[in-house]
Amino acid sequence: MQVPAPFEYERATSVDQAIGLLERLGNSARLVAGGHSLLPMMKLRLANFEYLIDINPLHAELGYIRFEADEVRIGAMTRHRELLESDELAAAFPIFRDAERVIADPVVRNRGTLGGSLCQADPSEDLSAVCTTLDASCVIRGPGGAERVVGMEEFHVGPYETAVGDGEMLIEVRLPVRKQGGSAYEKVERRAGDWAVVSAGAAVWLAPDGTIADARVGLAAVGPNTTGIPEISAALWGNTPAEELYEQAGAIAARSCDPATDQRGSEDYKRHLADELTRRTLRKAVERARS
Amino acid sequence: MTTVQEPKTDTFDDNDQKPVGYGRMLRKEDPRLIRGRGRFTDDVQLPGMLHLAILRSPFAHAKIVSVDTSAAEAAPGVKAVVTGETLAGLGLAWMPTLSNDVQAVLATDKVRFQGQEVAFVVAEDRYAARDALELIDVEYDVLDPVIDVRQALAPDAPLIRDDLEGKTNNHCFDWETGDADETEAVFARADVVVQQDIVYPRVHPAPMETCGAVADFDAVEGRLKLWSTTQAPHAHRTLYAIVAGLPEHKIQVIAPDIGGGFGNKVPIYPGYVCAIVGSIVTGKPVKWMEDRSENLISTGFARDYIMRGEIAATRDGKILAIRTNVLADHGAFNGTAAPVKYPAGFFGVFTGSYDLEAAYCKMTAVYTNKAPGGVAYACSFRITEAVYLVERIVDCLAAELEMDPAELRLKNFIQPDQFPYTTKTGWVYDSGNYEPTMRQAMDIAGYAELRREQAEKRARGELMGIGISFFTEAVGAGPRKNMDILGLGMADGCELRVHPTGKAVVRLSVKTQGQGHETTFAQIVAEEIGIPPADIEVVHGDTDQTPFGLGTYGSRSTPVSGAAAALVARKVRDKAQLIASAMLEVTVADLDWVKGSFQVKGDPSKSVTIQQIAMRAHGAGDLPDGVEGGLEAQICYNPSNLTYPHGAYICVVDVDPGTAQVKVRRFIAVDDCGTRINPMIIEGQVHGGLTDGVGMALMEMISFDEDGNCLGASLMDYLIPTSLEVPDWETGYTVTPSPHHPIGAKGVGESATVGSPPAIVNAVVDALQPFGVRHADMPLTPSRVWDAMRGRATPPI
Repeated sequence: MQVPAPFEYERATSVDQAIGLLERLGNSARLVAGGHSLLPMMKLRLANFEYLIDINPLHAELGYIRFEADEVRIGAMTRHRELLESDELAAAFPIFRDAERVIADPVVRNRGTLGGSLCQADPSEDLSAVCTTLDASCVIRGPGGAERVVGMEEFHVGPYETAVGDGEMLIEVRLPVRKQGGSAYEKVERRAGDWAVVSAGAAVWLAPDGTIADARVGLAAVGPNTTGIPEISAALWGNTPAEELYEQAGAIAARSCDPATDQRGSEDYKRHLADELTRRTLRKAVERARS
Repeated sequence: MTTVQEPKTDTFDDNDQKPVGYGRMLRKEDPRLIRGRGRFTDDVQLPGMLHLAILRSPFAHAKIVSVDTSAAEAAPGVKAVVTGETLAGLGLAWMPTLSNDVQAVLATDKVRFQGQEVAFVVAEDRYAARDALELIDVEYDVLDPVIDVRQALAPDAPLIRDDLEGKTNNHCFDWETGDADETEAVFARADVVVQQDIVYPRVHPAPMETCGAVADFDAVEGRLKLWSTTQAPHAHRTLYAIVAGLPEHKIQVIAPDIGGGFGNKVPIYPGYVCAIVGSIVTGKPVKWMEDRSENLISTGFARDYIMRGEIAATRDGKILAIRTNVLADHGAFNGTAAPVKYPAGFFGVFTGSYDLEAAYCKMTAVYTNKAPGGVAYACSFRITEAVYLVERIVDCLAAELEMDPAELRLKNFIQPDQFPYTTKTGWVYDSGNYEPTMRQAMDIAGYAELRREQAEKRARGELMGIGISFFTEAVGAGPRKNMDILGLGMADGCELRVHPTGKAVVRLSVKTQGQGHETTFAQIVAEEIGIPPADIEVVHGDTDQTPFGLGTYGSRSTPVSGAAAALVARKVRDKAQLIASAMLEVTVADLDWVKGSFQVKGDPSKSVTIQQIAMRAHGAGDLPDGVEGGLEAQICYNPSNLTYPHGAYICVVDVDPGTAQVKVRRFIAVDDCGTRINPMIIEGQVHGGLTDGVGMALMEMISFDEDGNCLGASLMDYLIPTSLEVPDWETGYTVTPSPHHPIGAKGVGESATVGSPPAIVNAVVDALQPFGVRHADMPLTPSRVWDAMRGRATPPI
């Protein structure tokens, strides 16, 4: 049994009480949601916090998927399993179910949360890539109930670093809903449940004439954070979907990303995957947008 | 010798039957394990028990300048802090390894691998012990490490083992087998010679339960009671007697339930010795359990063989000779667990299942700044490496000759009438009938149809591969005339007692780690003596309760202790026959044994059951002259030879041309382990071994960075396969009994681990044939497969 260093533990009773604790304890405290990233790091003593604030009691308050007219709002404590099993979410954004099927294993998915995944800010994190692809906004609440909304590009400020301040908490993720959209996710991993070697998400919205009204690609594990690539969007706008177009997008993905050689694979291979998976996900996203 | 083809059965309907003897039955040990009533080392709780944690080196190679323990000693709950210097004062800083080398218990002079034991803390709980480690201040003077095994013997390589007197380089040992000149002559006249460099990387057994011990030393009685995760309790007891100077009769080693061994729990680790010292120092029972990272970075790894294989053949595909040169990385201390006269284990069986004219191997083993060992991992003493080498190189030859790899193998098999067959490296294969095994695998696979499918797919640009491996293992070590471990002969004792009511207890020297001994051995005895397995208690793992023997590893339990169990049961049956003759008032010769009872020849109405005989043996009334009361016996079985199971494996893979991901679509395993005792247990062992093989072939490797940092220190970094990576296994079997084993059984525990990696690699290489790939080293991760597709396959080290 790997044992962490000593820490104090408190169960949150409300969002504002948790934020109050964070404000008081500063950076010696950390929120724990599903805990499947944080606790292993603490056991390995790679992460040492004096205080853990357990926000699992807030699941009732922050575990939801709400469908509004023009957006989907997902509470930060919504668990992977709930994202996986939501048929409405899969209908609106099939990319979620694609991704959730390849995230870790059922035990982790039972506990892990959307907010925890985003706040961990692991460069290989799948839901970060999904949210990047879908142009999500993150609602961050601070002391006194003050809320601010930031886009994914701003939310992640570096590996394992986010825009969430010491006395703040991510409470909700908002996903804009547009017409005739389709999305998809693909991940290459060395083994089921492993972090991605590379993964890619794509979302496409078609105009009534069948051309691409908008398209976004989000990549994971090929840079300091999950990466959205505006150049791909620009290359796709107004064009009719076709293999040559996907190849062009794949080529942009391969040269725009910034992977590093590690045990999961070489830099060259990861660039190749960025290309390959971009093409595959765009192809599938278009198919879904058409159906 | 006959090969019996029994109908393949996929049904488990008969699993709840309890055969009086061989056959499918549910495992007797499973109810307690499934219902959480198993008792593992970490479950042992003793009054006043303290907990031990070990401080390990963060560096691969460094001088220890000073160790300051004062802050740790002052920490709350801490009872003792022990350093290498403390142990040196007790003469316990170093201990012998299983290969006649020495290994530091706690480092005194310098550390030689990352994760090496430097000091330990004993405290009231494991949290306090672990926290106190942070307070031990060790000053290191970091030295250049030797990480690249190919540079270990370079003239300017840093010297690792300066503790060995007169040592000036990192050379560990040289070893050779076969005839170099004869082999050279055959190679010189061969039509075709193929050479291939092949690496079997370092992998780890990674048992679910890590290693650990609870030591309880009674200073008044001078008795040591040690619960520990050991596959070989008796061998460990003797070694503790030698290491610690404790009298052997005052040492009791108990191996409780074990959560997987795979060779990882054969050696004596410093942690066990630390627990003993901790108990002696504090006067309290002391528990030490490794955490996962400690297990992965410091305990016995396996493989790390860098092999150059060469094969010589005629143009029409007759294999003439195999030659290999091996560079073996043994880490910082030579902790290989193998019979002493076999420093390379049984690697000599690299001649495989083929009738050769010559063979030769030259090996050089070196020290590096990596964890010690070279132990095991279901390897049958290096047979894993040998089988991988020969089965890979035979495929390379098939590619060179443009010959079907199945056809090439069939053409070169040792023929049934050649057994017993002495190989060119001196191994005497006891029995074998290879072609039916191979044909059965090909039939189950639908081999010809698979090749047709492959041709169609290739035409469409799809990548499908079919890989074959045919292995012969040498297991069941071994004959005491030439096999011992640190002077302990590899014979096994066994004791059987039948109680008055006809229930029995059989005591074994071997120890299950999941293999199902409590069922298999009850069935072996049941078959011989006719008492149902449910009425036979199997006692094992406790040195005070069982006769001496060398333990469970190298697939030796059934070949050695299984023979002992059968023979001891026959001895009891012989005595039962004497008593039966008195009970039925006929001569011994007038009795027939019908499983479970003796009958008067020609008059089945006159008979006595084994249970009635047992009561008579213990009861009132006279026994025949010269017959003592009781119904029990004890023996020590010394095998006359090893046993040689074989098998034919076929793997079908699909490789995604875009991502280079390998999917194992099908895997067919036809095993021949001689007489089959419990087919369900055999299938279970085969399934587990095949899964192991998928892990090694596709994802497992313990790697190091250039500073010697272990990059596989957690199960997030060291991948082991899940059910999603493996197909539904398709198994079959043939039965070629061992002629010298009392029941003809050969052992099967490691067959699948040994046989499967080459089948999988051969399949992947076959899939990549359109890219001109002839070889790619494990682990075949997507990235490495992609490199191979681009013509730049590189060795993993």
